[in-house]
Amino acid sequence: MVIASWDLVIHMNIPKKNPNVHTISMLVANKPGVLVRCAQVFARRGFNIDALVVSASVNPKYSRMTITATGDPQTLEQIIKQTAKLIDVIHVSEHTGVDSIDREFALFKLNVPPAKRAATLKLIKGRAHVIDEKQGSLIVGKTGTTDDLDQFEEELKKFGIIEMVRSGKLVMAKGKEST
Amino acid sequence: METKNNPQRIEAKPSFASGQKPMTGAEALIRCLENFGVEYIFGLSGGAAIPIFDALVGSKIKLILVRHEQGATHMADGYARATGKPGVVLVTSGPGATNTVTGIMTAHMDSVPMIVLTGQTISPMLGKDAFQEADIFGITMPVVKHSYLVKTTNDIPRVVKEAFYITSSGRPGPVHIDLPKDVTSSPFTGETLDPKMDIPGYKVPGKGKKSDILKMAKLFQGSKRPVLLVGHGAVISRAGAAIKELAYKLRSPVTNTLLGKGEFPETDPLSLGMLGMHGTAYANLALTRCDLICSIGSRWDDRINGNPAKFCIGAKKLHIDIDEAEINKIVKPDAYCVGDARLIVEELVRHIEPLDTKEWLEELEGYKKQHPLKFHSDRGLTAQYVLYELQNVTQGRATISTDVGQHQMWSAQFNLAIKGDRWLSSGGAGTMGFGFPAAIGAQFGRPHDLVIAVVGDGGFQMTLYELATVYVHKLPVKVLIIDNKYLGMVRQWQELFFDNRLSGVDLEGNPDFVKLAEAYHVKGVHIDKVEHVRERLEEAINHPGPVVIWAEVIKEDNVFPMIPAGKSAYEMIIEPPKKDQRLEKPSGST
Repeated sequence: MVIASWDLVIHMNIPKKNPNVHTISMLVANKPGVLVRCAQVFARRGFNIDALVVSASVNPKYSRMTITATGDPQTLEQIIKQTAKLIDVIHVSEHTGVDSIDREFALFKLNVPPAKRAATLKLIKGRAHVIDEKQGSLIVGKTGTTDDLDQFEEELKKFGIIEMVRSGKLVMAKGKEST
Repeated sequence: METKNNPQRIEAKPSFASGQKPMTGAEALIRCLENFGVEYIFGLSGGAAIPIFDALVGSKIKLILVRHEQGATHMADGYARATGKPGVVLVTSGPGATNTVTGIMTAHMDSVPMIVLTGQTISPMLGKDAFQEADIFGITMPVVKHSYLVKTTNDIPRVVKEAFYITSSGRPGPVHIDLPKDVTSSPFTGETLDPKMDIPGYKVPGKGKKSDILKMAKLFQGSKRPVLLVGHGAVISRAGAAIKELAYKLRSPVTNTLLGKGEFPETDPLSLGMLGMHGTAYANLALTRCDLICSIGSRWDDRINGNPAKFCIGAKKLHIDIDEAEINKIVKPDAYCVGDARLIVEELVRHIEPLDTKEWLEELEGYKKQHPLKFHSDRGLTAQYVLYELQNVTQGRATISTDVGQHQMWSAQFNLAIKGDRWLSSGGAGTMGFGFPAAIGAQFGRPHDLVIAVVGDGGFQMTLYELATVYVHKLPVKVLIIDNKYLGMVRQWQELFFDNRLSGVDLEGNPDFVKLAEAYHVKGVHIDKVEHVRERLEEAINHPGPVVIWAEVIKEDNVFPMIPAGKSAYEMIIEPPKKDQRLEKPSGST
């Protein structure tokens, strides 16, 4: 049954918004162990982290973590409160997409024999960048929302994706709100 | 951010100017601890911690050498619960450090302030599987409020200052500091032993939002059947006097959790005693009938709320807690306030009016008469009778520390507490082996008080080696062993829910506990007859030194009332079930 519904999603090519997917942004002290402390709050409750980005913030004392996770909203509320309680966490917020923008970057390595090269490049043109080409494989990079990248991935599948690496979602609050 | 025990600003420089040898990191550490008023360190030495033990020589801090690191953590815990000041533990790396994990987790579950210092291998060897290296920073992470791996000697004073502030403010909890041996051995060249803290992510809720308090006050209006629920948070914030004022102004009955015992005296006519799985029938019946329940520092734990869907159906739920994460975790409140229980209750009292609870109090009085706590006296010596007589002898003036299991529940039922800091029990963690060392810690904190550890034969044997500590320090701790030669609580479950198929509960092979005590140079008193109980308890309690009281009680006995795990108060079993009555296996956790 699961396979059938998965097929349906692929064939209908509808990027489905899962209401249980959440994006949480945290400003944390740039100290050893802070990532483990935050990850433990998720793991202890059986929450899988779908994507995680840790990077510098403007102030080198702090880092920014953006975590995408799937689960029920009540457990998520606990996770946000429990992470906010950690001493090394300065600020936590969940972003719904209304007051924030999000982007993700993906690299795709495609199998491109000479016969398919033209068609592949046609599909990519204007939507992604060719970053490298070597021994019949092409590395293509694309920035977009998670849905954009999901859809692009579906389209590329027929050309044979050898590998895919995605950055995980980055989120930023709009206007004067802080992320 | 200012700490309560802000030490005087102490310059570290002069020692260089006078040409003396500079302090080591370990010496700076001990100086910092002294400045925070640390009286005792509970610990056990080892290679990686030798520099710290060395620095303790000549310090005014007294080192209490334990026999196992778990004992040290429970002593620090008992000391903290009895005094309100953080307990300090010092152990070595590797197994010394891992032996503290149970005690740290116990303190964490019950919000107890504690600082655990662990020696560690030298920092260049970190992660290289050095002798006695354990990633204790990683191992303890889920069970601490915060932790540090100190990499630089000059960071020690800041880390200690932050640790003291974090462990005892807000919702208290253990803080672990891992100290590599090279860090404690190297010279301390910092400017000061009282540096600025750097914890911008740590905020402590204070008196609560006025608007939240007013919202709660409004919900009290018109309530005919209110209940105040006193939890450990009320004990920690010493909210007793404020709660008494609130209860009497409202004319509301008060119940308490296991850890909330005594903050509102259980001898007060408005007290219903302890509620929950083995609480009084009248407290649990009050849950089924109340139209409002206000938790003051209780987290609606599953021992009092086995089934949140059926918890006080129809009643308004109010929640006062210093930890925002507790709001809406188990129970969705109609109103809540985040902050210090004492300050919030003091403010709340100003905004509420007396309620008409005459009928409600009469109804509850009826339950008290109908379902008093009782025990049978025709089958030999029971634990309940021993504890009932203990209450008669001590009249609530003793500090009682318990272990975990049947004796703990009977003690909670029969030993009525009149002050919150006189009842020490491992509630959240349910740690067997806690009671005896916790009593030792409490006795260090309150040298002139009567401190009694009520323990089972199972739990006592997990930490009995601390009899040596009691003997060495001539502590007048009394240990009352309720010996039924079983892991009794599990046996009770197996009898009631698993067709009496006993598995892993028979403690055949128990020692003669009087001889055991005597082997440690401690007086032993034996009780195995009903008629000896009163006289031998008095004899033991009047003895100036430590005593082990070995009470051999009937083997098969069960704690009632009982709400099976996962059930609600509506499904309480007040009377023991008939022999052939089969009970459904509990669905709730443990």
